[in-house]
Amino acid sequence: MRVIAAMSGGVDSSVAAARLVDAGHEVVGVHLALSRTAATAGGSRGCCTLDDARDARRVSDLLGIPFYVWDLSERFREDVIDDFVEEYRRGRTPNPCLRCNERIKFAAVLERALALGFDAVGTGHYARVIAGVDGPELHRAVDAAKDQSYVLGVLNEVQLAHSVFPLGDSLKSEVRDEAETRGLLVARKPDSHDICFIPDGDTAAFVRARVGADPGDLVDATTGQVLGRHEGAHAFTIGQRRGLNLKVAAAGGAPRYVVDVDVASGTVSVGAPELLDVDLVEGTRPVWPGRPLGSDPIAVLAQVRAHGAPHPGIARVEGDRLVVELLEPVRGLAPGQAIVLYDGTRVVGSATVDATRRVSA
Amino acid sequence: MDERAYLDHAATTPMLPQVRDVWLEESRRVGNPSSLHASGRRARRTVEEARESIAANLDVRPSAVVFTAGGTEADNLAVKGLFWASRSASGANRLLASAIEHHAVLDPVVWLQEDQGANVSWLPVDGVGRVRVDALAEQLGHPDGVALCTVMWANNEIGTVQPVAEIASLCREAGVLFHTDAVQVLGHLPADLGALGADAVTLSSHKIGGPFGVGALVVDPRLKPTAVLHGGGQEREIRSGTLDAPGIAAFATAVEHAVRGQEARSAHLLRLRQRLVEGVMAAVPDAVLNGDPGTGARDRLPGNVHLSFPGCEGDLLLMLLDAAGIDCSTGSACTAGIPEPSHVLLAMGVAEGRARSSLRFSLGESTTDREVDAVVTALPGAVDRARRAGSLSVKVG
Repeated sequence: MRVIAAMSGGVDSSVAAARLVDAGHEVVGVHLALSRTAATAGGSRGCCTLDDARDARRVSDLLGIPFYVWDLSERFREDVIDDFVEEYRRGRTPNPCLRCNERIKFAAVLERALALGFDAVGTGHYARVIAGVDGPELHRAVDAAKDQSYVLGVLNEVQLAHSVFPLGDSLKSEVRDEAETRGLLVARKPDSHDICFIPDGDTAAFVRARVGADPGDLVDATTGQVLGRHEGAHAFTIGQRRGLNLKVAAAGGAPRYVVDVDVASGTVSVGAPELLDVDLVEGTRPVWPGRPLGSDPIAVLAQVRAHGAPHPGIARVEGDRLVVELLEPVRGLAPGQAIVLYDGTRVVGSATVDATRRVSA
Repeated sequence: MDERAYLDHAATTPMLPQVRDVWLEESRRVGNPSSLHASGRRARRTVEEARESIAANLDVRPSAVVFTAGGTEADNLAVKGLFWASRSASGANRLLASAIEHHAVLDPVVWLQEDQGANVSWLPVDGVGRVRVDALAEQLGHPDGVALCTVMWANNEIGTVQPVAEIASLCREAGVLFHTDAVQVLGHLPADLGALGADAVTLSSHKIGGPFGVGALVVDPRLKPTAVLHGGGQEREIRSGTLDAPGIAAFATAVEHAVRGQEARSAHLLRLRQRLVEGVMAAVPDAVLNGDPGTGARDRLPGNVHLSFPGCEGDLLLMLLDAAGIDCSTGSACTAGIPEPSHVLLAMGVAEGRARSSLRFSLGESTTDREVDAVVTALPGAVDRARRAGSLSVKVG
């Protein structure tokens, strides 16, 4: 195959590219320039900096493959950053990595690769694509701690058919050792964390700078009593505990959490952690990489955050909405998050969480 | 690929065999040209003979030749050094530069503006990338006085030859120092520096079959540009640093070759250029030739072909041609590898989209018909694919 290896300059994508070369593919390394702000010009946060581009180029030299930088900063700004800010503006909690996979890596990059005569895009994600009877199936990685099938759960079967994840069968420790053995200088580079376009990690400040201040009340979810003021409802996430600045102490000093964010009225409700428990999740924009789920309910394992636990439940489709009843409640699930459904290790489908409720007592 | 088509001679050229011989021969010997003992004297003789040879070939005095570690350093020395010297002497704080200069001139000018408080007037160019002499004439009469004017002899991207003789003469009349970057011209056009009348001219060795890391600023011996590098006081204290005797001797050999064979080389390049342009136009009819459309060497560097392919991104075309065994360029390089639209094309009034869709093929002495034909063969398929990738008609998301 002719494969575009997306190379961030980190250890995972470097080893992935090396394995693609070993497998006999015709590989071209591509570093995606996703952000052009001054903050990315130096210092390594594990993604998108000039240093990372240079690392990726050196790895390509070592592998003897051509290397190019593709400037996708405009698409990234429109499809990921603007979307991220808009979701927060609407009081929701988006996952930008998932969005980047859906719209950039396995869309803009893949489309370009196919048009240029390539067959696939290879990345250093920890996940497996396995040929199934109904087409390609996405499965969890062998390394459960590193498994990234959640952030790939938005891919459809066409995208999966043109995706290669050479690390899916390996442990992260093996990948690091292999990088060392291969003499890749990136072997001991730290893993990337946080959101690549918010280098200082201060998401609330990033969002506030783009949405502006919109002060409102912090209220007790049960009594309606006003407990304090805030600078903007969009800076809060359901399940958040820190930075609430409550002026009225809770009875018995019990911890209080954000349990609801109403951007329209500017009201942020706080309350006891039990109020965060939900067992009915509704999602929009469902994606089914294989056979679509119908109105017949099926038993699934539902995952609601990148490295969260799988929760057993029953899933069905109502119109264009996904409805999942969880056997046990989950705590602190915010609209905008993705819910990814598994059957064992296989990703059945995913949707964007849109409404949650507590049904059982 | 064993037999690549190398069509990026404006970036660098293959080292000539006789140059390599001279370099190897000199590198076997020890001696710092500044040392007083016999070994030093021998090295000094090598350097001075090289200086005399270069001066003779370019019709200038040997004392005019100031060796540097390449074209970028020579440009920096000319722009900063002559501006500083001229400003101290006359108080004039104005600098004139064409909008299409190479970054080795452009960036020092911007630095002088931003860091040193220079007033800069950027000289506009016309649609083919030629500096408008009327605009220059107007600026030369600026009441505050002008410290320095710099206009490249021929543009490295689009190949347009600038009216440097006319500019030199206008500057002379106005009493303004004039520098020109001749890096792309040497060996391709007649380069009689004595007759030109510029105060300073930049030359580079590796663009003419010489080694990397050597160049010269040919500067009127009556002028003393303020030093950029301070140290041992070599090169009349204009450029400190131990002289690279093997590199300089090899550079002199390359200059000799460049000047002696210029006419025949130019004819060879013109023939190949015509073959390439006609071949591409037949294969990709909507390609656009940027720069001066003239077929001679007087208006356009004979080895330069700069084309836009509407609907394509230049960097994708480059990648596809690279895979097909062809080395070419999008014209302007950037350290991060992120393509920016060329400032040269933008200055010519070319729209950003067309600017991003361009490729430069630069031919050299060693270029063959086979290499030119390889481009003509590979281009239609590459253009087709790049266009599909550009329009992103394949939707998978």
